[in-house]
Amino acid sequence: MAKLNLLLLAVLVACAIGLVTSQHRARKLFSDLEREQARARALDVEYGQLQLEASTWALHARVESIAVRKLGLHAPDPRRVRIVRPAEAQ
Amino acid sequence: MSKPGTQGLVRLPVWRARFVATALVAAFAALAARSAYLQTVRTDFLQEKGEARYSRVIEVPATRGRILDRNGEALAVSTPVKSIWALPGDVEFGAGQKRKLASLLGMEPKDIDKRLADRSRDFVYLKRQVSPEVADDVAALGLKGIHQQREYRRYYPGGEVTAHVVGFTGVDDAGQEGVELAYQASLGGKPGSRRVIKDRLGRIVEDVESIRAGQDGTDLTLSIDGKIQSLAYGALKAAVEENRAKAGGLIVIDVRTGEILALANYPSFNPNNRARLTGAQLRNRVITDLFEPGSTLKPFTVALALESGKVTPSTAISTAPGSMTIAHYTIHDTHPAAWLSLSQVIQKSSNVGAAKVALAMPSAAMWGMFQSVGFGEVPQLDFPGAAAGKLRPYKSWRPIEQATMAYGHGISVSLLQLARAYTVFARDGELVPLTLVKTGTEAAGEKVLSASSARAVRTMLELAVQPGGTGPRARIMGWRVAGKTGTAHKQENGAYAPDKYLASFAGFAPASAPRLVVAVMIDEPSAGQYYGGAVAAPVFAQVMQGALRLLGVPYDAPLVPIESPGAGEDAREST
Repeated sequence: MAKLNLLLLAVLVACAIGLVTSQHRARKLFSDLEREQARARALDVEYGQLQLEASTWALHARVESIAVRKLGLHAPDPRRVRIVRPAEAQ
Repeated sequence: MSKPGTQGLVRLPVWRARFVATALVAAFAALAARSAYLQTVRTDFLQEKGEARYSRVIEVPATRGRILDRNGEALAVSTPVKSIWALPGDVEFGAGQKRKLASLLGMEPKDIDKRLADRSRDFVYLKRQVSPEVADDVAALGLKGIHQQREYRRYYPGGEVTAHVVGFTGVDDAGQEGVELAYQASLGGKPGSRRVIKDRLGRIVEDVESIRAGQDGTDLTLSIDGKIQSLAYGALKAAVEENRAKAGGLIVIDVRTGEILALANYPSFNPNNRARLTGAQLRNRVITDLFEPGSTLKPFTVALALESGKVTPSTAISTAPGSMTIAHYTIHDTHPAAWLSLSQVIQKSSNVGAAKVALAMPSAAMWGMFQSVGFGEVPQLDFPGAAAGKLRPYKSWRPIEQATMAYGHGISVSLLQLARAYTVFARDGELVPLTLVKTGTEAAGEKVLSASSARAVRTMLELAVQPGGTGPRARIMGWRVAGKTGTAHKQENGAYAPDKYLASFAGFAPASAPRLVVAVMIDEPSAGQYYGGAVAAPVFAQVMQGALRLLGVPYDAPLVPIESPGAGEDAREST
């Protein structure tokens, strides 16, 4: 009887320690997850800012003025443009 | 040392042992009672207190959705910023620190003093919406009583070009104008909150429960094409400035899908810096302003006449002597002629011809025509302040009113309504519903006119932009254009002002298989020219050509340069 009790006690202690360790590991993993989610949000914010920057640089009025003034480009005369339909291209 | 006798054990009094035993039992009983009390009666309170040591409720802010153009380019993006606030009672800093703080925030030290003057207040904003970098510098100063709060600020990279369509949000990140207001519910999202367990270092280690599920705002893709929009705004701005006009509006519609590809207004404003705004800048004239459209309405009168079967495009109409009097009111033509065919009524923009055609028809039918193309009715468009226009019930029409309505006076429409109505001619009689959100699918139209009448009017509208018509400046190289000019006297205090005009042009191209409808309106051109054919038609041509090229629409006309017409002689018309 005493032996069985001792055995059960040992099992109980092992279970208790197991519970504590797994809880600890769960919390650790959760905090990692939380950190990664925060990073994802920060990256999303950065993506928004970069998108904003890209849009500002690629403003059509700006692109056009650079194309015309700096690079001396102009829209081609319609007579020099040939429109190719996908069916003809094949 | 004498030993006490061991023989006779000292008999302690019995009560002493009993006393100790009782005391022990009583002590245990007290402990048990206390523990029972704590475990049962006070348990909720204590558990709450315990949880408060490690569990926290945190807010999950919702980010506002982005607004994109049809090609995915950003038109409105929210990005986090910080607001700096203070508890005036707690603030302690030296003069040097105050100067540093003031220079970081771009304020004067005495402004800071002013804000902090009332020390009884609990919350004072020092500066709202500073960049995260500045906020970090402020935090690095480590000042007592100065706090930060995370907020979002909306940026509009398109600036004044897309200002009227996109609208803007207020400082609290809620839509106030335009699409931002119309789609507030889906863009805004819902902030949530959740209960978590934090460890000693403030890291979240466990999610206990979600109190309110938050939801980020969803992105919105508009039907606007950034390139066409930019082209349209540039052309409109140049035309308004060149003609020293008060304002202008322009709209480009995809005939097949009903999508609005561009919607421009001038004067405009910069939504990123709204310090000095006037109502005139803010108004989306295309959608909210009404005007008497003038001759651009004649095609509808003619379409109704064709539909009735009483006339054909070649039916001759007597317009001699170039004027006509109904009840003390005289209608004039700019190009008097004795006889005009129905086609020529459109081509030459004859008021007398249009009035005669109108008077031959019952007023109910004419009212029905105008109503069926959407006049006098709020357009089905998710946009705040969309105007219905004015179309009076036909029972109260007098003959003169029916005659003037034939050429677009005594009825008011918005440019949006006018452009939409022209889809009837562009789509073989179908009126298409408009949308500001990208659909990319063919829209189902509502049949309001027979295909044969619509095609007949299309041919007439093509004649109107040929030499001999009123709008030859609307022609472009490579594509056949169809459209109608309009020059209306503006109403002022209930009477028509003799020297104030509103020039307009509405049309579509390519005429063989219409793809785009473009409508232009220039308000009070005052640099000499004021006819629709001289002021609005060139803007139409410029935008139409650029848009067709950007969309890669195949040519349907020989590629010969357009010779420019004489100095506006042909473009003249009276309405």
